[in-house]
Amino acid sequence: MGKTLSEKVWDEHVVRSAPGEPDLLYIDLHLLHEVTSPQAFDGLRLANRAVRRPDLTLATEDHNVPTLDWDKPIADPVSRTQVETLRKNAADFGVRLHPLGDVEQGIVHVVGPQLGLTQPGMTIVCGDSHTSTHGAFGAIAFGIGTSEVEHVLATQTLTQAKPKTMAVTVNGSLPEGVTAKDLVLTLITHTGTGGGQGYIVEYRGQAIEELSMEGRMTVCNMSIEWGAKAGLIAPDQTTFDYIEGKPEAPKGADWEAAVAHWKTLRTDDDAVFDKEIVLDASTMTPFVTWGTNPGQGAPLGASVPSPDDFDEPTDKVATEKALQYMGLEAGTPLREVKVDTVFVGSCTNGRIEDLRLAASILEGRTVAADTRLLVVPGSVRVRLQAEAEGLDKVFLAAGAEWRGAGCSMCLGMNPDQLAPGERSASTSNRNFEGRQGKGGRTHLVSVPVAAATAVRGTLSSPADLADVPTLQEV
Amino acid sequence: MDPFTTHTGVGVPLRRSNVDTDQIIPAVYLKRVTRTGFEDGLFAAWRGDPSFVLNDPTYAQGSVLVAGPDFGTGSSREHAVWALQNYGFRVVISSRFADIFRGNSGKAGLLAAQVDEKVVQRLWDWLEANPGGEITVDLESRTLRAGVGEDAVEDSFDIDDYTRWRLLEGLDDIGITLGHDEDIAAFEARRPSWKPVTA
Repeated sequence: MGKTLSEKVWDEHVVRSAPGEPDLLYIDLHLLHEVTSPQAFDGLRLANRAVRRPDLTLATEDHNVPTLDWDKPIADPVSRTQVETLRKNAADFGVRLHPLGDVEQGIVHVVGPQLGLTQPGMTIVCGDSHTSTHGAFGAIAFGIGTSEVEHVLATQTLTQAKPKTMAVTVNGSLPEGVTAKDLVLTLITHTGTGGGQGYIVEYRGQAIEELSMEGRMTVCNMSIEWGAKAGLIAPDQTTFDYIEGKPEAPKGADWEAAVAHWKTLRTDDDAVFDKEIVLDASTMTPFVTWGTNPGQGAPLGASVPSPDDFDEPTDKVATEKALQYMGLEAGTPLREVKVDTVFVGSCTNGRIEDLRLAASILEGRTVAADTRLLVVPGSVRVRLQAEAEGLDKVFLAAGAEWRGAGCSMCLGMNPDQLAPGERSASTSNRNFEGRQGKGGRTHLVSVPVAAATAVRGTLSSPADLADVPTLQEV
Repeated sequence: MDPFTTHTGVGVPLRRSNVDTDQIIPAVYLKRVTRTGFEDGLFAAWRGDPSFVLNDPTYAQGSVLVAGPDFGTGSSREHAVWALQNYGFRVVISSRFADIFRGNSGKAGLLAAQVDEKVVQRLWDWLEANPGGEITVDLESRTLRAGVGEDAVEDSFDIDDYTRWRLLEGLDDIGITLGHDEDIAAFEARRPSWKPVTA
């Protein structure tokens, strides 16, 4: 019997395997940021251990960093201490760090791919659940806790039980104006937040193949939101074209050797998945969340559901609690939900294609009077690229705020936060209670929906705007 | 890590599903660089509600949390496990745990005991009929028990063999792995040269 893609990558990284024990898996790339690493470095110090492979380790500052005044010391003393702790740890242990102010600084999951460090067939971990993003390249990539961060620092390996395999096959093509984000939000509402638990998922099918690398990253990014261990996509010419020429990509003969190997990284025809989900992309529409977890979503054209719409008692209770928290009434058309703040950014949708798409919708339009729009590039490189293309001028002319790179309003850990009761349409990945600030109310949306919502002030798609420009696939 | 064999303590019914790690500890509380002191952030938003279960003095000594399905979803923050431990919890019982949370629990010494959804329901009912009642969790036999006599709740729970063994022995993972240093070095020697490096 053949192997699935994830089984191939897994098996290539098994250092040691013994009956009744989890595999010992080698880690090709370990990414670090300031929030989940300090206690791990402390652990090394206490045990008098070194970082085994600083040359397979990369750190950046993202969660705590301000997106205004990034050239000044961080105002919040506790955030500043955490960032300074990372700087000290990186210096003490010889780890490459891209700090605030560096041209390669940015959200860790944007930085890895843009440097060309994220490549097919790798194992990649980080103390951050959205590490699944890197699966877009055909890598096994997943988030780990701080104890595991320490384990990888000390040994460059992890003990891991081999997960089951699942295929998510998305047939057909996405209609114009429907993006990778709509696809993955549709999937998560279909599966629920625990549907992927215990599986490494391979996304496949025509709609996935037709996505750009950045669209694929958006899909893989949200694998964790339906509980999957990791999500990956078989590398193809789109993948190779994206990597070629990146700073850390293989060169010359190494490139040839790498591509030859990467081409073998496909699920064999006779391989069997433990589970398969099949979706039809051609029927998908702009999709938004109404609740307090990413599985509580609906097409933008639908109305806020009622607890009575659900059969399971736990779903009824969860819906009731979610509507109460969100300040929504069942039966309200989602298009009538008024939004205070729109956030375009994050490791889900903070890359250059996202910003181009947002700018294409905002060009010649203005943000609604009672709405604010934050546009936050995922990295300094993305910011510079956007400015070179004049996108910043489009955003500023529309009345949006154009910020520095970081996690920003994806999570309430830096100055960009919602006030209690404030409602957002956000291109990020989590609508949990308080995720964007205590008492904040989050609707997860695609980039086109975010941009159109900013213009109309209520949840909208570009189709609701007069004179809609032609959308390019994200 | 201290060995975990058996624990008896006050059960706390948390009648919620999808308790994500942002609820267990909001991001704003993650800024410490130590492993202690995170109890102030535990369920921080919900603790503002006087009717929240942890605000009931009956559960002041609570150490066994009984929660709905999909506990610990979302962020990988191990701070969620530390916050529960710093507050005094030794065990969380749920019908389904998110992978990363369960992994973090095993590493940090918090027992994540998985049971059938019906068992969670029975424990909730029993705890509400017997506020402040104790639950005994025996890792050796993988069983839990609340109460005696007819209305007692007794059942088994699931935990993988490897995590159970490590918890029972109180083993240090890194120490175990470093025992396989030769295997790691051999693997490194055969890694392709074109694999990327950061230095």
